[in-house]
Amino acid sequence: MILSSYALGANTAYIYIRGEYSWIVFILEKAIAEAYAQGWLGKNIKGSGVDLDLYVNPGAGAYICGEETALIESLEGKRGNPRIKPPFPAVKGLWQCPTVVNNVETLAAVVPIVNDGGDEYAKIGVGKSTGTKLISAGGNINRPGVYEIELGLPMEEFIYSDEWCGGIKNGRRLKACVPGGSSVPILPHYLVTKTAAGENRLMSYESLADGGFVSGSMLGSGGFIVYDETQCIVRNTWNFTRFYRHESCGQCSPCREGTGWMEKVLWRLENGQGKISDIDLLVDVAKKIEGNTICPLGDAAAWPVASAVRHFREEFEWHVQNPQACLERNYGLVREPAEIQPH
Amino acid sequence: MPKVKIDGFEVEVPEGTTILNAARQIGGDIVPPAMCYYSTLKGSGGKCRTCLVKVTKGSERDPRPMPKLVASCQTPVMDGMEVANISSAEVLNARRGVVEFLLLNHPLDCPICDQAGECHLQDLSFEHGLANTRYEFERRTFEKIDIGPYIKLHMTRCILCYRCVYTAQQLTPERVHGVIGRGDHAEISTFIEKAIDNDFSGNVIDVCPVGALTDRTFRFKSRVWFLNPMDAHRDCEKCSGKAVVWMYGGEIFRVTARKDQYGEVRDFICNTCRFEQKSPGNWTIEGPRQIDRHSVIGQNHYDGDTLTVA
Ligand SMILES: Cc1cc2nc3c(=O)[nH]c(=O)nc-3n(C[C@H](O)[C@H](O)[C@H](O)COP(=O)(O)O)c2cc1C
Ligand code: SF4
Ligand code: SF4
Ligand code: FES
Repeated sequence: MILSSYALGANTAYIYIRGEYSWIVFILEKAIAEAYAQGWLGKNIKGSGVDLDLYVNPGAGAYICGEETALIESLEGKRGNPRIKPPFPAVKGLWQCPTVVNNVETLAAVVPIVNDGGDEYAKIGVGKSTGTKLISAGGNINRPGVYEIELGLPMEEFIYSDEWCGGIKNGRRLKACVPGGSSVPILPHYLVTKTAAGENRLMSYESLADGGFVSGSMLGSGGFIVYDETQCIVRNTWNFTRFYRHESCGQCSPCREGTGWMEKVLWRLENGQGKISDIDLLVDVAKKIEGNTICPLGDAAAWPVASAVRHFREEFEWHVQNPQACLERNYGLVREPAEIQPH
Repeated sequence: MPKVKIDGFEVEVPEGTTILNAARQIGGDIVPPAMCYYSTLKGSGGKCRTCLVKVTKGSERDPRPMPKLVASCQTPVMDGMEVANISSAEVLNARRGVVEFLLLNHPLDCPICDQAGECHLQDLSFEHGLANTRYEFERRTFEKIDIGPYIKLHMTRCILCYRCVYTAQQLTPERVHGVIGRGDHAEISTFIEKAIDNDFSGNVIDVCPVGALTDRTFRFKSRVWFLNPMDAHRDCEKCSGKAVVWMYGGEIFRVTARKDQYGEVRDFICNTCRFEQKSPGNWTIEGPRQIDRHSVIGQNHYDGDTLTVA
């Protein structure tokens, strides 16, 4: 952060951290006190003429405060409502001053770039996806955990190799994968390791996005979730939507009302009380939220619903047609549409 | 000065004017509806999304269209910009969606609501909504709360436009009135269940587009369309004293500030004028208030020559 602030010409920097992670606040405060004591922070750092003050600021525990302008509002001591853009933070941010908001992971990449040089860093990865990325892998895998991977790692290797996720737990088959956090489109098993064009899917920005929203997804935040054949997509979609409903700041009507509506419809479907028309209703509501809101949380809530219905419509219909069975067992694997079978 | 074309009508406006305000200068049915923007409240707007429009040409210099629909109340015009409002099916469809969202948790019991007849949500759904609801769940409800002797808050009807929040913030230096909670469980609240006591607090009633904030001294006394709104003024040391008195026979039933054709107040009035001066002798009556054709009050009560057409 000191290097980044120097590069930007910033004299004040903040580390904003979710209130729940209170123990990290203590660690950071100690580290900052040490840095001040050693002369790496404060006035005239190591005689360079550069000043920098660094503060740690805990939030009150809201997902939305990760959105950069909501984060700024929260830092200012206000309610964490995202601001309307433009103006973007780089023009008018904290206290109306130009502000850059970066993730810790981004700032951590500054160190190897400075130490080894940009060219050397760019050698890691493939194509435009250079460098490494932290992937937080979870779900039905043998080795859940946070892994730092070089971008471009084949999906197949990441899921099945013992170096990373170690394959699907209990020898079950893969049903679906959410490769970049709950907001990105879910991929059905036949689109996880191969793209619709039949190429190997890689852990890179481009390869994951291959096929757009029709048959692709996004690398997003690196929250990687693997589902085995016993998982229920309707329940999972409901669970995601419940989260977004709970975390919506409630400023704009499509997100505030739409997330609640989708959540209720999904709950009904999951419990065998849904109707066939509910499925198109979900798609329509998602479409009316997407792109019409102040911040991307609206899109983030709409995408998982739209993509789940896109790839798993059969399973949604099965819930409606088998109201009793859907309470007792799960649907299993979806069939692969013949036209996008890998060659 | 930048020139902008909205639904084919061109207008020249000062730098920094928003699309919405440029459209208002053109007037007529190309003006996007606005449920949260309020020209006299700093920071308002951007939230309800009813004013979404499509920018089909960004500007003379950069003619690319904007990728998403934008909130016209927040987006400044650029020279050469072209905007589609009612001429865009995409906009109308999105707006229908927004109206549906706003009505989702709103009780559909206008016949027992005090705001009926001057409710912007009623007008909006009449003009842009669907006849049926696709929502089959229980609506969100709250208990009614008295915030002070004069104001009743019925959160159940609130559309979270934040207008009252900006009004309260801009009238008093303290933060006493705001939003607590998030998402569809957010509510308007006086933070410590205390009354807003400020000489101008009554204005939150006028800025509220729906029946969430109502005048306790008037609640259920009469339907607004049975009353005759009259422009009136009095000498007041706190405010301009320019108001509208709503009369039936020789009696004043309520007092409000004067709203323009978009339902916006320019001259906020004080609580003394609003709540405590109900005797006709205290007012100089100027004459009947001109009601915008838009309002259902106008539909019932006024004949052609007292109507102003927007
Ligand atoms: C609803 C929402 C929540 C977000 N939460 C986080 C978060 O928890 N952590 C984070 O680093 N970025 C989060 N972001 C993204 C940030 O707004 C921002 O784009 C990012 O931190 C920029 O940093 P980077 O360019 O270094 O990645 C969130 C965005 C949205 C819309
Ligand atoms: S999209 Fe949702 S979270 Fe984002 S500003 Fe709107 S209501 Fe808040
Ligand atoms: S109470 Fe009225 S003015 Fe306040 S946010 Fe709700 S609808 Fe808007
Ligand atoms: S009036 Fe523009 S978003 Fe509400």
